[in-house]
Amino acid sequence: MITVDNLRKSYLARRRSSGPGQALLSLVKPNRERIEALKGVSFSIEEGEVVGYIGPNGAGKSTTIKIMCGILEPDSGACLIKGRVPWKDRKTHVAGIGVVFGQRSQLWWDVPVLDSFELLRDIYKVPGKDYAESLEELVAALDLSSFLDMPARSLSLGQRMRCEMAASLLHRPDLLFLDEPTIGLDAVSKLAVRAFIERMNRERGVTVILTTHDVHDIEALAKRVILIGKGEILYDGAFDALMSRARDPSSASALQSEAPRASLNLEEAMAAVYGEMGIA
Amino acid sequence: MRFVRGLSYRASAIAGVATQFFFGLVFVMVFQAFARSGGDSIRAGLDNTQIASYVWLQQAFLALIMMWYRDRELLSTIASGDAAYELCRPVDAYFFWYARLLAGRLAGAALRCLPILAVAALLPEPYRLCAPPSLASGLCFVLCMALGVFLIVAITIFAYILTVLTLSPTAPFIFLTPVYEFAAGMVIPLPFMPDALQKILYYLPFRLCVDLPLRMYSGAIAAVDAPGLLLRQAIWIVLLVPLGRLALNRALRGAQAVGG
Repeated sequence: MITVDNLRKSYLARRRSSGPGQALLSLVKPNRERIEALKGVSFSIEEGEVVGYIGPNGAGKSTTIKIMCGILEPDSGACLIKGRVPWKDRKTHVAGIGVVFGQRSQLWWDVPVLDSFELLRDIYKVPGKDYAESLEELVAALDLSSFLDMPARSLSLGQRMRCEMAASLLHRPDLLFLDEPTIGLDAVSKLAVRAFIERMNRERGVTVILTTHDVHDIEALAKRVILIGKGEILYDGAFDALMSRARDPSSASALQSEAPRASLNLEEAMAAVYGEMGIA
Repeated sequence: MRFVRGLSYRASAIAGVATQFFFGLVFVMVFQAFARSGGDSIRAGLDNTQIASYVWLQQAFLALIMMWYRDRELLSTIASGDAAYELCRPVDAYFFWYARLLAGRLAGAALRCLPILAVAALLPEPYRLCAPPSLASGLCFVLCMALGVFLIVAITIFAYILTVLTLSPTAPFIFLTPVYEFAAGMVIPLPFMPDALQKILYYLPFRLCVDLPLRMYSGAIAAVDAPGLLLRQAIWIVLLVPLGRLALNRALRGAQAVGG
């Protein structure tokens, strides 16, 4: 379903030391640095998989996701999703995917959630009957009925996130990109969101690409992880195996905590992995 | 959707109506005093009653014709670097933003125009809003206003495009507003500018959105001259929309949504 081959992308970022003198200097002679966000990223994902796309901050995760969503064009390399190049056939491609960006809302802030849903229905051109069915299913699954008529700004984060999840699935996409879907949520909401994602994958076969720093999300949802660090893919395989590797007493890498290696919790194990790979 | 949202801001609407009514009254009184004291030159072809109508219409439809209408939510989305995410939806970004800006203006005007017009029509002479001198004038006014709104959105959307490029939600407006106001004759009425400058400004679209519809209403511009001017508006729209669309798509593709 998804093939990514040797993607490269770099940005120009400005560098400037502090102080008014430097500020003036940079007007005349801007100091720009080329930052390589992706240095040849390749992987492929089959239909129906739930893949965790993980890595430390600044590793290149968001850049890859944006390229796969079609909103960014790589400098070189290929990407085919369902036989299409995302940034070339943007509208067709985007009409078949769902996105939830945890730090950005796709609901309109001051109108009832249902109004947002109806606008999305129009944007994605969902036929009336399909929309009604989807809506009913999603409202029941995520327990939204009590606040559908409230504006998004009056909702708690947990309620809002559940609405975002529903919004991303109204048009029944078969591919879902989730970027930090549980960020800031309380324990109950996290469990609800995780259960929902698992159900969508199990019952509807929705392929899910999950980007998150919450290792518990990964453990609950993704059997396979793709680990990216400093623009390169450093691991692509089973999550369990990765954790076992970190907890292996014979491993030589440095540890953040004092605890014995075999009993590292998930976060510590993850940190150990980052440390071992030199990307912490 | 944007229209519905605009309508939901009750308090803002009430405050707006009050403000504009106050300003309208003041402007009318100032102009009337000026006219009475013999100040001919400024009136640019409008007599007493026409001035009152001009001012009241200007106030009632301010949301439609003012340049500095800012969609704050859109601007903060752009400024935070999230503009590229608009491309996650299967819509043409330009037309989506265009519709949004248009609806925002329409909502602002819809809420305020009726109260202002109603009261203005009931004021005593010479302060009140008068009917247009002929049906033709009235019709020209409506058409001109409609085209004017489309035109002004096509012009001001460039400020938003510039915001995508500069990531500053204020700079493009600070820069463009004086340019626009000057070119539209809002700083110095156009007839007072040097001939050469007038000729240039005559061909630019700015004056076609603000001043023109209002003068059509009062018949200061004869109905027979209207089709030529309406055509001018239409031509500018046809020119600016594809240009804006190209510019926005280029800007969004280049805009690097920040973060790793």
